[in-house]
Amino acid sequence: MKTKGNLEAKLARGEFVITAETTPPDGADEQSVMDKVGCLKGLVDAVNVTDGAGARSHMSAFACAAIMAKNGIEPVLQFTVRDRNRLAIQGEFIGAPAMGIPNILCLHGDAITNGDQPDAKPVEDVDSKGLMSMARMLRDEGKLPSGREINPAPGLLIGAADTPRDPDASFKPTGLQGKIDAGADFFQTQFAYDIEVLRRYMAVLNDAGITEQAHFIVGVGPLISAKSARWMTENLFGVHVPDAVIARIEGAQDQKAEGRKICAELVEQFKEIKGISGAHLMAPRGEKAIAETLTEYKLRG
Amino acid sequence: MRAVRHWSVRNARGLMRLYDLFQGAIVAMEPVVRRIGYDRLEKPVAAVEHVIKGAMFDCQMCGQCALSSTGMSCPMNCPKNLRNGPCGGVRADGHCEVKPDMPCVWVKAWAGAQQMMSENILDVQLPVDNRLKGKSSWLRIIREIKAGSLPKPHSSARKAA
Amino acid sequence: MTIEEEEGIGTGPLNDGPAYPEMIDPGPIDPAAPLEPLPGHSSRGRLERILRAGEFAVTAELSPPDSADPVDVFDRAAIFDGWVDAINATDGSGANCHMSSVGVCALLTRVGYAPVMQISGRDRNRIAIQGDVLGASAMGVANILCLTGDGVQCGDHPEAKPVFDMDCMATLETIRAMRDESRFASGRKLDKAPDIFIGAAANPFAQPYDFRPLRLAKKIAAGAQFVQTQYCYDIPMLKTYMERVRDMGLHEKCFILVGVGPLASAKAARWIRSNVPGVHIPDSIVARLEGAAKQKEEGKRLCIDLIQEIREIEGVSGIHLMAYRQEESVAEIISESGVLRDRKPHSVNPVIPHYMQQRFRVPS
Repeated sequence: MKTKGNLEAKLARGEFVITAETTPPDGADEQSVMDKVGCLKGLVDAVNVTDGAGARSHMSAFACAAIMAKNGIEPVLQFTVRDRNRLAIQGEFIGAPAMGIPNILCLHGDAITNGDQPDAKPVEDVDSKGLMSMARMLRDEGKLPSGREINPAPGLLIGAADTPRDPDASFKPTGLQGKIDAGADFFQTQFAYDIEVLRRYMAVLNDAGITEQAHFIVGVGPLISAKSARWMTENLFGVHVPDAVIARIEGAQDQKAEGRKICAELVEQFKEIKGISGAHLMAPRGEKAIAETLTEYKLRG
Repeated sequence: MRAVRHWSVRNARGLMRLYDLFQGAIVAMEPVVRRIGYDRLEKPVAAVEHVIKGAMFDCQMCGQCALSSTGMSCPMNCPKNLRNGPCGGVRADGHCEVKPDMPCVWVKAWAGAQQMMSENILDVQLPVDNRLKGKSSWLRIIREIKAGSLPKPHSSARKAA
Repeated sequence: MTIEEEEGIGTGPLNDGPAYPEMIDPGPIDPAAPLEPLPGHSSRGRLERILRAGEFAVTAELSPPDSADPVDVFDRAAIFDGWVDAINATDGSGANCHMSSVGVCALLTRVGYAPVMQISGRDRNRIAIQGDVLGASAMGVANILCLTGDGVQCGDHPEAKPVFDMDCMATLETIRAMRDESRFASGRKLDKAPDIFIGAAANPFAQPYDFRPLRLAKKIAAGAQFVQTQYCYDIPMLKTYMERVRDMGLHEKCFILVGVGPLASAKAARWIRSNVPGVHIPDSIVARLEGAAKQKEEGKRLCIDLIQEIREIEGVSGIHLMAYRQEESVAEIISESGVLRDRKPHSVNPVIPHYMQQRFRVPS
């Protein structure tokens, strides 16, 4: 085992895992973290903490994750390359396990111009693969790229992001293999509402041997309305909510309840697809909606 | 280039006067600029500005010129991009911590500011707007002065002492 | 019971309760709880209280361990316990990568220490810096020191990209606005403002000398409430600086803590002088060390003498002890110098939470 985390242990045992996502609050208040994310405690295996979501400042992901760990929620700490150089990021890699943060996810991050401080300097010292290889070097070799030793080494489970897509005949998962080679132990994906596309995609990954090398945790979430589903399809990269799903929500009396139901059904379907190790539930400012979905449909790993 | 830059700082006072005159002149040209269009002028003006200010000040085209507050020593030549004064690493000979063969930009700036007898160096400069990098400061000054904002739009109201 | 269960691995939340039962801090009394707010104070930390009460403060610098084990951090902090009013956690000092200052501070506050978190502009842009300020404050950090940061070329990652998005002046102003106006630099509102006692660094011993007091004035205008200076080995130079500072009335607007530290030998002094830009060591100091039979002892003695002289300078509110690789001599130096008079700084007697005592390296 690489970490003392529950997520790694369950993945290693081959159990279906459920992860969720939260965005740190906009204040200097420890309690507000648990107010937001406390509802997920005991319901999920780990909760991702976003890093400067939407290219805006929030409480630092590191602090938010440390507060969650202290209160019994296992975090997946997200890192973007947008706001920090390698010195700062590696410093947090070393500090994370000390705070009880066993999992990290390496991302590129939204463009700085999308946020409310477009005048800031984008850092982009390394790319997300660079981050993963630095994390792996720290963990496995116990040293920094300069050769200086870190003893004991930080135990970290390293994650990367992916976007499921409809694979055409020429599709080869070279990008995923690259991330695995850089150090990815698991993937968490963008929202996948099109189960048929996901099936085809996973089949390709299974054939290419990707899913034997890294765990796949597929993204999904409770849709709140047909309008929001359409907006997501049009505006979020790589997201496609099939018309049938939108129509189903549109026809429902309680659109939110229908959204939760669809989410739960999808999670149950994920369990049947070979190569999928878990579901990653995301909903912007929707920690409660996620918790409701999980309790209402008794979703368990 | 560095020799010219240091000459510029030594003659900061004269340059400052020249710069004031120049600023007046370009502001007077505002109607012309507006007729041609700011956007169409952006590229050619920025190119000319780069050549002139590059030669005189080693200008890095941050797009928000602070020369009048920094003794005519361009702060973007500081390896740490400091716009509010020298870091604590200045060497005993007044040279830069990062580039030991270069005199500290802020040692020069302080000399220039005393030449200029200007207190602008005490203004607290706001952080750089990275979107303006490579854009023309002159056009921005014309636009902002005409729009009624302060002639020194990039320093805050705070002044030390 | 299998080995895995014994290790605590595999007792997942979906099966039987929280993933990390041992992670929930034990004990009814929380040593990390902030002090009661006082009128006229910006923070709920001890350092500000000591300074505002007119006491001569002592702070020390902790160099973060090259380790992911929290116990190593606590071991280093324990050396200072009961001797200092606050502990500085450096932010990649010398541009070398160590455990992050947020990480070190979060560990320290959790057992009751009072850290000064250093933030340099070298490694983070404004989005990350503001996040760290909120996060640190949420975890009980009361003091933040804004620095420019050493250039990356002098550290162990010379290939890294220097960020320098905000200089320390901009960082000071940003944190002040977050605290006093409860908003981000973008104007977006905060749910809860960070209660931070804001600090800055100063170097009276570097060129351009006559600009240095003005630079301090700028930092005060931008929000600095206390400063910690670079190592002082030149008392006359400090006195000249402080004279100007007093003339400008700056010592009444800002607490000034003068940096001191023991030199290990004349050789070390010469090395620092030529290799660490910004540290000024006069020849007389080197000569004094050179002439001593036991140079290390003389280095300590020298430090004690300096502290005693600094304490008498009007306008100096405290000392900041940077005993790099000589941390074990901190208590002796403070005690011998008599700088605290009869005062005894708060002692934490830390109780390290059980889960932190376990080595974080996972057995393979």
